[in-house]
Amino acid sequence: MIFLRYAAFRLLTMLLTLLLVSALVFMIINLPPGDYLSNQIDELRATGQTVSVAKAEFLRHEYALDRPIVEQYFIWIGVMPGPHGFSGLLQGDFGWSFEFDQPVADIVGQALWLTVLVNLAAVLFVYLVALPLGVIAAARSKTWVDYTSAFVGYLGLATPNFLLALILFYYGHRYLDLPIGGLMAPEFEGEPMSFAKMNSILIHLIIPTFVIGTSGAAAMMQRLRANMLDELSKPYVETARAKGVPPARLLAKYPLRVALNPFVADIGNLLPSMISGSVLVSVVLGLQTIGPALLTALKSQDQFLAGFILLFVALLTLIGTMISDVLLMLLDPRIRYGERK
Amino acid sequence: MEPLIEVKNLTIGFGTAEPTIEDVNFSIKMGETLALVGESGSGKTLSCRAILGILPNTAKIHSGEIISNTGKTPQNLLELNEKLFRKIRGDCISMIFQEPMRSLSPLHKVGHQVAEVLELHRSCPKKKIKKEVIAQFERVGFPDPKRAYNSYPFEMSGGMLQRAMIAMAMIAKPDLLIADEPTTALDVTTQAQVLGLINDLQKETGMAVILVTHDLGVVANMATKVVVMNKGRVMESGNAKDILSAPAHPYTQKLFAAAPAIPEASEIVPAVPHDDLILDLKNITKTYHARSSTPWKPAAVIQAVRGVDLQLTRGKTLAVVGESGSGKSTCARIALGAELPDEGGDVHFFTEPKATPLNVTALSRTERYDFQKQAQMVFQDPYSSLSPRMQIIDTLIEPLSIHNIGTKSERIDRAKDVLKLVGLDSSILRRYPHAFSGGQRQRLSIARALIMSPKLLVCDEPTSALDVSVQDQILDLLEEIRDAQQLSYLFISHDLAVVSRIADEVAVMRQGRIVEQAPPCTLFANPKHPYTKALIAAQPEPDINRPINLDLVALGAGKPSSWADNFRFEGDDVPPLQELEPGHMVRCHV
Repeated sequence: MIFLRYAAFRLLTMLLTLLLVSALVFMIINLPPGDYLSNQIDELRATGQTVSVAKAEFLRHEYALDRPIVEQYFIWIGVMPGPHGFSGLLQGDFGWSFEFDQPVADIVGQALWLTVLVNLAAVLFVYLVALPLGVIAAARSKTWVDYTSAFVGYLGLATPNFLLALILFYYGHRYLDLPIGGLMAPEFEGEPMSFAKMNSILIHLIIPTFVIGTSGAAAMMQRLRANMLDELSKPYVETARAKGVPPARLLAKYPLRVALNPFVADIGNLLPSMISGSVLVSVVLGLQTIGPALLTALKSQDQFLAGFILLFVALLTLIGTMISDVLLMLLDPRIRYGERK
Repeated sequence: MEPLIEVKNLTIGFGTAEPTIEDVNFSIKMGETLALVGESGSGKTLSCRAILGILPNTAKIHSGEIISNTGKTPQNLLELNEKLFRKIRGDCISMIFQEPMRSLSPLHKVGHQVAEVLELHRSCPKKKIKKEVIAQFERVGFPDPKRAYNSYPFEMSGGMLQRAMIAMAMIAKPDLLIADEPTTALDVTTQAQVLGLINDLQKETGMAVILVTHDLGVVANMATKVVVMNKGRVMESGNAKDILSAPAHPYTQKLFAAAPAIPEASEIVPAVPHDDLILDLKNITKTYHARSSTPWKPAAVIQAVRGVDLQLTRGKTLAVVGESGSGKSTCARIALGAELPDEGGDVHFFTEPKATPLNVTALSRTERYDFQKQAQMVFQDPYSSLSPRMQIIDTLIEPLSIHNIGTKSERIDRAKDVLKLVGLDSSILRRYPHAFSGGQRQRLSIARALIMSPKLLVCDEPTSALDVSVQDQILDLLEEIRDAQQLSYLFISHDLAVVSRIADEVAVMRQGRIVEQAPPCTLFANPKHPYTKALIAAQPEPDINRPINLDLVALGAGKPSSWADNFRFEGDDVPPLQELEPGHMVRCHV
């Protein structure tokens, strides 16, 4: 009961935050003077192409870019009628990309899911690697296991992602016959999902996951190790030893449970930092994620495309923090029952 | 009868350093209680952990053996392999630790943590285990055992948690229970009840108990045999009766001399005159609002202090005594202006006799500056109240430089003076706090408080983190300084024996209210309030012929709603504080 109420409460605050973020995002994108079309019009005027100018002017009116910024915002999120009635984010209309001359939904469509896929794979990788390594490093602290994992971890932290990507591509292709670039073999692009296509995607995922996840895993591992070491010296661990609990079970049941809190709380931070971190990697690896599109959109002030992508990243972040908050509540009775008397 | 455990010539050390404990010998039979007595660092805890095989990784056993008769044939525990040893831990030998709050996992239900012992050592169905745990909870005195089973440690008080720890240690019916300072972290009344419980359980099961303690009063109440340790060596051992009635070794005698005890008092002393006050607290109430984590729940309201009046006469010591949560520390903080009382409360500080008082609850910036020079505090924990990154000299002269007093060389001279006052040599000025023992650190923190030449010292449990012999020295020092410097003390403590030495007047607090107030002799000769009686009865005396009277403790230490009619609190319906004889106030209906 407490749990459901808490989840509902968190959902509400999440929606409010999202609204605030959308306003901020829209404002920041529009901070530089002018917009995509007015920039283009100036350029056309300078080169004397008056016919195109008329078309651009028409588009400006069509997408309400000639209205005040606040109105533009309300039209964008869909609470105010635009030139064609209500058609904003709330109605599922993501707007028009001027740069690509296509609806935003078409450009972003598949890339969106691939982005989520790549980053989820990376997050999974981070947790699967960091959890056992961190625990082992703490349990065997100051032995060769600890030192080796710390060394590998620091290497992972210190190597720039794009460099790691290039190295892995070269050796992965040469020795393991892993594909270079892209998220699937070219023949599957635009094809409906099939078993062969999925297979291709999975093989292509290996290197990006590794590249994006390594530094996160290294940092997470060190954090978990430090937390575990703190917990291992607590009296309740001694109590468990005095009960006769076998070492492996003791480790997993007592100190790990407590050390897991910061580990779980990091889910929220991990998602956004990976997505922003993976933009560069996507460009280098030629991944069809939204990273490259975001970069182009921001450079050319393509406001609907950029706004949508940023809002999407914010949504992922919020979902991540919500998941970690809810998990923490499930994991830790002190948070769950802190107020029970 | 064969001894159950026999420790022979045990020597343990860390690394290549000198052994920490050397040539320790003792043995214990079924049904006996052996008290290991000594100050911190004497090696008593290390000896116990060796019996249970849970020494820290860095400890090395140089020599000796521990012969155990818990199995069918005698075996040397030190040569046992880890897997077989695990079967003994928790089953044949179990242990209770000092801090129940930290010795239970915060994330697991108390009941499950206790049940785990049976899951590990018995193969029986979970339902049966749960039943047994609940039965055990009932035996150790939980009012609602089922609820306790499903509670988490943070939902229980320290005393209840220690009961849960005892239940955990007892559930497998061990032959030997090792209790490592099981009551040091508890209030006296709770301590008395927990000790009584261990005694009862021992009678019931006939197990052997090794009790680690530094408190001779606890020893007198519990032990049949005593081993006195100092610096890793056994000083004296034998029957409790012999050692307690005629300690032979000078170290044991020293421990006895230092043990605080409530004096036998029969005379009624005249009341402390309240004509020349230095501090006057009037009608102090303090309410805390604990913000709830979700907006739809109202904030929890905690009334820490309710309508307290305290008057401290110049040059005297007023002690405030009570259990944790009684509001005594809040009173101290309010007296210093560190916290503001609720509306209607007043704190006045009189710099000189008959001077216009400073209103501590509404100080202007300059007045606060002035007040700070005259009122200082000595804290409880000397380990955390000195900055580890500051040299002693910097810690000492910091208040002087904040208040712009004197030139640099004058400040250093002043620092040397106060060091001499607290009995330390001025050559230590350039050292860091980690180089000093607990007692020396507490001297340093008294020196820091004295450097401003204050008129009032607020001492918040200044000796409760120290060993008995050190406590004795610090109390001597505080008395000496008070008389030499004409200081006045507001002395906060949970220990009536400590207070009896130093105080001119004692106020006993319970649940934010003063229940009885009198000069110590009057209080001990003629205690009126059931709670005061319980506090006095619960004080363990180092005299084997005067055991704790648990009935008296239970009578007064219970909820205020369970007190006799004329003392009972019922919500806000509280008897008035009345003067029964000159200077002796009791909260009761007459």
